[in-house]
Amino acid sequence: MEAHYWWVIGGVLFTLLNTAAGLIWLERRMLALWQDRYGPNRAGPFGILIVLADTLKLFFKEDWIPPFADKVVFVFAPAVVVASVLMAFAVVPFGPNIVVADMNIGILFFLAMSSLGVYSIVLGGWASNNKYALLGAMRGASQMISYEVFMGLALMGTVVLSGTFNLGKIVEAQRGMWYIFPQLLGFLIFFIAGIAETHRLPFDIPEAESELVAGFHSEYSGMKFGMFFIGEYLGITLISSMIVTLYFGGWLGPAFLPGVIWFILKTFVFISVFILLRASMPRPRYDQLMEYGWKVLFPLSLLNLLGTAAIKLLIDK
Amino acid sequence: MPESIFSALCSRFGEQLFHEQLTRDETPTIWTPQGKIVPVLEYLRSEAEQPYRMLYDLTAIDERACKSKYNGTCEFTLVYHLFSFGRNAFIRLKVALRGEFPSTPTITHLWPNANWYEREVFDMFGIRFDGHPLLRRILMPTTWEGHPLRKEHPARATEMGPFRLFPEKEDREQEALRFDPEEWGMKRQSDDSDFMFLNIGPQHPGTHGVLRIILQLDGEDIVDAVPDIGFHHRGAEKMGERQSWHTYIPYTDRIDYLGGVNNNLAYLLSVEKLAGIHIPQRAEVIRVMLCELFRIASHLVWYGTFAQDVGQLSPVFYMFTDREKIFNIIEAVCGGRMHPNWFRIGGVAQDLPQGWDKLVREFVNYFPKKLKEYDKMVMRNAIFKARTVGIGVFTLDEAIDWGVTGPGLRACGMDWDMRKKRPYSGYEKYEFDIPTGQNGDCYDRAAVRVQEMWQSLRIIEQCLNNMPEGPYKSDHPLATPPVKQYTMQDIETLIHHFLHVSWGPVIPGGEAMVVTEATKGWNSYYLTSDGNTSPYRVRVRTPSFPHMQMIPYISRGYTVADLLSILGAMDYVLADIDR
Repeated sequence: MEAHYWWVIGGVLFTLLNTAAGLIWLERRMLALWQDRYGPNRAGPFGILIVLADTLKLFFKEDWIPPFADKVVFVFAPAVVVASVLMAFAVVPFGPNIVVADMNIGILFFLAMSSLGVYSIVLGGWASNNKYALLGAMRGASQMISYEVFMGLALMGTVVLSGTFNLGKIVEAQRGMWYIFPQLLGFLIFFIAGIAETHRLPFDIPEAESELVAGFHSEYSGMKFGMFFIGEYLGITLISSMIVTLYFGGWLGPAFLPGVIWFILKTFVFISVFILLRASMPRPRYDQLMEYGWKVLFPLSLLNLLGTAAIKLLIDK
Repeated sequence: MPESIFSALCSRFGEQLFHEQLTRDETPTIWTPQGKIVPVLEYLRSEAEQPYRMLYDLTAIDERACKSKYNGTCEFTLVYHLFSFGRNAFIRLKVALRGEFPSTPTITHLWPNANWYEREVFDMFGIRFDGHPLLRRILMPTTWEGHPLRKEHPARATEMGPFRLFPEKEDREQEALRFDPEEWGMKRQSDDSDFMFLNIGPQHPGTHGVLRIILQLDGEDIVDAVPDIGFHHRGAEKMGERQSWHTYIPYTDRIDYLGGVNNNLAYLLSVEKLAGIHIPQRAEVIRVMLCELFRIASHLVWYGTFAQDVGQLSPVFYMFTDREKIFNIIEAVCGGRMHPNWFRIGGVAQDLPQGWDKLVREFVNYFPKKLKEYDKMVMRNAIFKARTVGIGVFTLDEAIDWGVTGPGLRACGMDWDMRKKRPYSGYEKYEFDIPTGQNGDCYDRAAVRVQEMWQSLRIIEQCLNNMPEGPYKSDHPLATPPVKQYTMQDIETLIHHFLHVSWGPVIPGGEAMVVTEATKGWNSYYLTSDGNTSPYRVRVRTPSFPHMQMIPYISRGYTVADLLSILGAMDYVLADIDR
């Protein structure tokens, strides 16, 4: 393998882990800004060292496994979420030629990997042997599996338009026009499904702290909890970068900045939207979420796919 | 005008049975023989003209140590308070009980909310209720020995010997907290599924305090629920029996700890009724203004935490910021914040500080804009509506049966506000409306509270514009402490000052109860005095207690997530339940 690849892998991994950690700070500061308070502002400039302090704290906490838990699965579950999300990043084109694995089935790989994430919730909740965790895991499983369907269907629109599963080629195909314009509906569905997939507010139903304490990770502490934490932020980053790749022209942008910078800028916009959503929305009930998914989003995503395909056929004719 | 209830009872049941006692608060107080109490209550509830539909309170008095007891032979008195909306009147029925551990028939078949009240009387006095579905302790731990409100039960920790928690005792206590579904007549499985028993609390982010609710779940659907209260029980009623009339005021602050001076007011109105003190106008207006400020502060806490219960993170921060602005005013006036301990027998502690009007004016001008903003943020949010509309519904009849008062009652469509219907502290002089809802669901309860904040603001503005001049405390000899400026001038006031501060004022014997519209519903202190420096019996009737009792009834069939909406919309305070 060429040296270039190692640089890319190393660079991507380094950037991602730091981004996820940095999001701890970013989210808390932005939430504080919107909620009329200060947020972390003590450690380092603008409180940025809170990330370091948080991480250190998590590492030094007692590595507690409840005696009633299923030990092997309990330890395994948090690793799954981080691993699966990081794997999914392998197909994301960060810039021209900056991609870990330039696969022809990139989108399918992304879907497969993000599906694996549900295991960590189900296994974590189950292995905790705690009723709150179990309820959270049940909610999480049904929510994520359902929303996976619309997510997959929604982004098929871009596949139809570009004629490829390869994410790099999808980006290239948007040179003329970003897919947000022809695929507005698909984007909206993908975005909503993405929030559900990362179980962020308003769809943080598996955690729902006012109902289920902390849902599926109630029993987790220390760095094992930290893994769920990082996994969540990685998930936000993944969904944001997928939105950018599929609908906002990926690394495309005016030439005065390199592609990768455009990519990062666009991604951060969406990360901020995720955080803003958390600051502003209440949480629907679990059955309302499912109803909304299957009765509204599902038919809409099918229509979107059908319509896109029909128009594409017409134009090609 | 219907005939007096006493003569109605006499003509229905016979002349000799009843005896009417005169009380300071002029509530018809009727001694009823024990054997007749159930039919009498049944008559009052359903047959009497303009019936007494609500069981407002049920409590007991241990008469054994009373120097001047009204009914010479009885050991315990059972006191029933009923309320008739038609008559706009309370009635007090007293039953004399004899014996060390008497028993009496239950009335749980008449009023569902009698259940908890009877359990409380059993817990506190050891009086048994025959036929009660599950007569067990409610506020004290099941392992507790003795019944705290009996006079022989020690009131101070020093009278009880040092507390030690041995490992065996700890195990025993923990075992006592284990939930046993069979004891409550609950099944562990149905025909097709096993039920899950989910223990919510006592430490849970959604319960707003140390409240425990045990849910019987089928999946996420609530089959039944058992609220377990008492974790916040501090014996406020017992403390009243050893505090002087004056030094009990700070304890009242801590009953509904979000309502602040509203508690002071409920207590002091009864004391002043007993003592026959007339409050100067300025003091009345100061009281009303502070009460309404606290009503807004309390509703703001409810507003924010309710939004948080349904998952909205931000409103609580904005609302606490606004509450802080109210507390700035409270602090400027009282020095304190949540527990200002500001009202005194006969008035308030001090006059308003210079510049108070500027502070209040600023708030009155500032707050409407924020309320409108919150309306957009919370009340008109589609997800918020989806979480609250049609959830936790109860009808007006059910509300009255369960003793629901305050915004919960008004959300069912009844415009009953004690400030309007039975005005106290000069509320009849203010212009304000009584907001109501129609559906009796969580959303309507919320909407009523939001509207109440607007009305409170109106009242505050009227106080601000029409603050009368004059003394802030009555010059009645029982006003405590007496007005300071006289103490150095005349010997009479100096003596009163000395006595009130050292012994406390002696309030004339008798009994009184004044019902106020507190932040969460009707709140009253039913005070019995035997002409001493401290009350003989303090009964604190709080709105949250019957509200919490209703939880199983209104949450059946909903989901765990709905339970949080129901709890949030109920707006209870744990200390208001447990006292």
